[in-house]
Amino acid sequence: MMPAPRFSGDLAHLPTHAFGHRSLTWWGVIAFMMIEGCFFALTVAAYFYLMGQEQSWPPPPFRAPDLLAGSLFTLVMLLSEIPNTLVKRAAEAGRLREVRKLLVLTVAIGLVLLVIRGFEFNSLNVFWYDNAYGSIVWALLLLHTTHILTDWGDTIILAVLMHTKHGIVDRRFVDVSENSLYWRFVWIAWLPIYFLIYWLPRLA
Amino acid sequence: MTDFDPDLARDGPDLTGKELHDRLIVAWGRPRGLVGWLSTTDHKEIGKRYLVTAFAFMILAGVLALAMRAQLARPESGLITPDRYNQIFTMHGTTMMFLFAVPVMEAVAIYVIPLMVGTRNLAFSRLNAFSYWMYLFGGLMLWIAFALNVGPDAGWFSYTPLSGPQYSPGKRVDIWAQMITFTEVAGLAAAVVMVATILKQRAPGMTLARMPLFVWAMLIVSLMIIFALPAVALDSAMLLSDRLVGTHFFNPYERGDALLWQHLFWFFGHPEVYIIFLPATGFVSEMTATFCRRPVFGYPAVVLSLIATGLLAFGLWVHHMFATGLPRLGYAFYTAASMTVAIPTGIQIFCWIATIWLGRPRYRVPLLWVIGFVVSFVVGGLTGVMLASVPLDLELHDTYFVVAHFHYVLIGGAVFPLLGAVTYWFPKATGRLMSESWGKVSFALVFGGFHLTFFPMHLTGMLGMPRRVYTYPAGMGWDTLNLISSLGSAILALGFVVFLLNAFRSFRSGEPAGADPWDAPGLEWATSSPPAVYNFAHLPSVASRTPLWDEREGLPVMTGLRVDAREHLLTSVIEAVPSIREPSPKPTIWPLLSAIAIGITFVGSVFTPWALAIGLLPAGAALTAWFWPKNADIPPEPEID
Repeated sequence: MMPAPRFSGDLAHLPTHAFGHRSLTWWGVIAFMMIEGCFFALTVAAYFYLMGQEQSWPPPPFRAPDLLAGSLFTLVMLLSEIPNTLVKRAAEAGRLREVRKLLVLTVAIGLVLLVIRGFEFNSLNVFWYDNAYGSIVWALLLLHTTHILTDWGDTIILAVLMHTKHGIVDRRFVDVSENSLYWRFVWIAWLPIYFLIYWLPRLA
Repeated sequence: MTDFDPDLARDGPDLTGKELHDRLIVAWGRPRGLVGWLSTTDHKEIGKRYLVTAFAFMILAGVLALAMRAQLARPESGLITPDRYNQIFTMHGTTMMFLFAVPVMEAVAIYVIPLMVGTRNLAFSRLNAFSYWMYLFGGLMLWIAFALNVGPDAGWFSYTPLSGPQYSPGKRVDIWAQMITFTEVAGLAAAVVMVATILKQRAPGMTLARMPLFVWAMLIVSLMIIFALPAVALDSAMLLSDRLVGTHFFNPYERGDALLWQHLFWFFGHPEVYIIFLPATGFVSEMTATFCRRPVFGYPAVVLSLIATGLLAFGLWVHHMFATGLPRLGYAFYTAASMTVAIPTGIQIFCWIATIWLGRPRYRVPLLWVIGFVVSFVVGGLTGVMLASVPLDLELHDTYFVVAHFHYVLIGGAVFPLLGAVTYWFPKATGRLMSESWGKVSFALVFGGFHLTFFPMHLTGMLGMPRRVYTYPAGMGWDTLNLISSLGSAILALGFVVFLLNAFRSFRSGEPAGADPWDAPGLEWATSSPPAVYNFAHLPSVASRTPLWDEREGLPVMTGLRVDAREHLLTSVIEAVPSIREPSPKPTIWPLLSAIAIGITFVGSVFTPWALAIGLLPAGAALTAWFWPKNADIPPEPEID
């Protein structure tokens, strides 16, 4: 038989949500960043491994990718951090109307990015089936596109959610805040990939 | 919802005992019936399903092992055709590694970790349910394919170019590669759940320095899974795309490199060995402490050894590739690194021996498994140090010596502790003890059969017998040794049968166990056996590493969580100070439906890349339904005075 409980403290006065590392959501987001970061790091490792087999990079007869689409993408990506920071702040301050507006804006930016991404695939000057160089460049770009696509889908759902009665619940602001944190990871992860796809073939 | 007094929305001195139990059952229970059964998010139910499924796969893969031993019992045997044999050894290795060894460790952790840290459910409990379904579907796909003669046949590590489109036409390797995707998604999901639970849901007062050693082991292992599993998932995705859409990652004719496969595979594959082994060391630490009636000697040394092993594991992978030709520095570095990992492992073994030495050991069945583990694992560890030496490795590479080595490490090092752990926690999960005498019989049969099977393989290997051959000519000096191994495997199998029958019989009519049948120190023994769906009526709080030994007059508890809705406590990462009360997800069918949608997508992508595009829609819809808040019916937080 269990001994009688010895009451040693009460938790009723604790808050029911918190931002940042006090919430479980933050830990989930961080863990998924670690997993995806590993995918990127290993793909980058494979890129250098295959590059090490070649005398020149890109291997002839291929030209380095055209710069325009990729650079435009990078620029929009960097600018997207402005509304991203604003929506994170608005969420942490609990300003629902601002969160709703800014989420719609971030969804629109995501759409623009996906359209530019389409042109990027068209400017690589190599196909995945041409040789291993083509395969790894496509792999990098595809991996990052998956990233953009899933985060875009996620943001759409969140934007819709925040426009319903569920958006009034305090915990939803934590979701918005962590979604912004994840977006930061998406664009920071892009910068080395941009360098590998567009600039390393020009410098090597 | 209920006719309970609405003013009493939280547990406390006024709300305890039977009334509290009745309310918590309503809040934490799930609907009855099939849909309710499929919707569960209770870690105990999912843990048990994981465990039963993993053991079912172990039985299947074990039967394949027996088939191989029957074939190899005598030279030039015609029992199994070469093609079938290739499928059998590939299925045996693949099933044991991906569908048994890793999932079974996660299964035990899913069941016991929330109880050990004193919380009501795992973090992200729906993700945990999703993990199980993905694992189940991946395993079913592999075995259904095998039944249809589309079982993979390129070995459990599927080396290119053998596994590439040129030398492995058909769909066999694709099935293997996609099974990897399923199990890696499942493994990564379970690892995220585990890390979050261990870091954020420990009982108040359970600082990192007071965490049970099995919890430490699972924390390290889960982090290792997060860093290692992406490598094999990426690798198999590249292999699939080489085979399906004509990329050239591993095709040397188009500037790819077959060895890239091996690097990425073993960057996962070597940590994988420790992902299997470290949970087993956690079992050993828990059982040694309980049955020696004292805390494990050198707790900080054991924890640091776990961390060191986890880190070193990522610096060893190239020792699987000594035979591929490496720079001299590479040989020297990876030999040194491989020998270094013996140090933290040795430290742990000395700590357990010291614990037995200093304690008052009770030689119950779990402790017998611990002793069997120490003896067998040391043998496997020593042959590991031998294989770390390049000249020896080049001599013994791909021989039965290697087969002997890794079976000593994996069966001696992981399965023995696992069988001990099942015996140890069986009363917690079922409320009944396993029979002690039949437990001893199964231990003797498994231990004896194991050594009889695998010890001779050291010799067959040194006599030059390569692994993965479906038969061998007479007169090579291998005949008797192979016959002994085959006889041993029959005894080993008999031991497993006795173990499983014992478990089955004890489940139905074993001796009833109280809350703490072993007089063990951990929190999991502070609740009833089996635990109620909510685990703990009041949340326990702890002030030492061995709370049940130090608080004989009753464990201190914390009150104040809601009883009208699922709520769990989050505490700070290092000191476990109470931080916030968060809702815990309710059961829902959507993780299962998401797993079905994603599963169909994965299976379809074996045949056409368009499956990924088409599958995006149903998978996205299912995931959206999963994440959409369903808590509209939860009454708002009652006001606190």
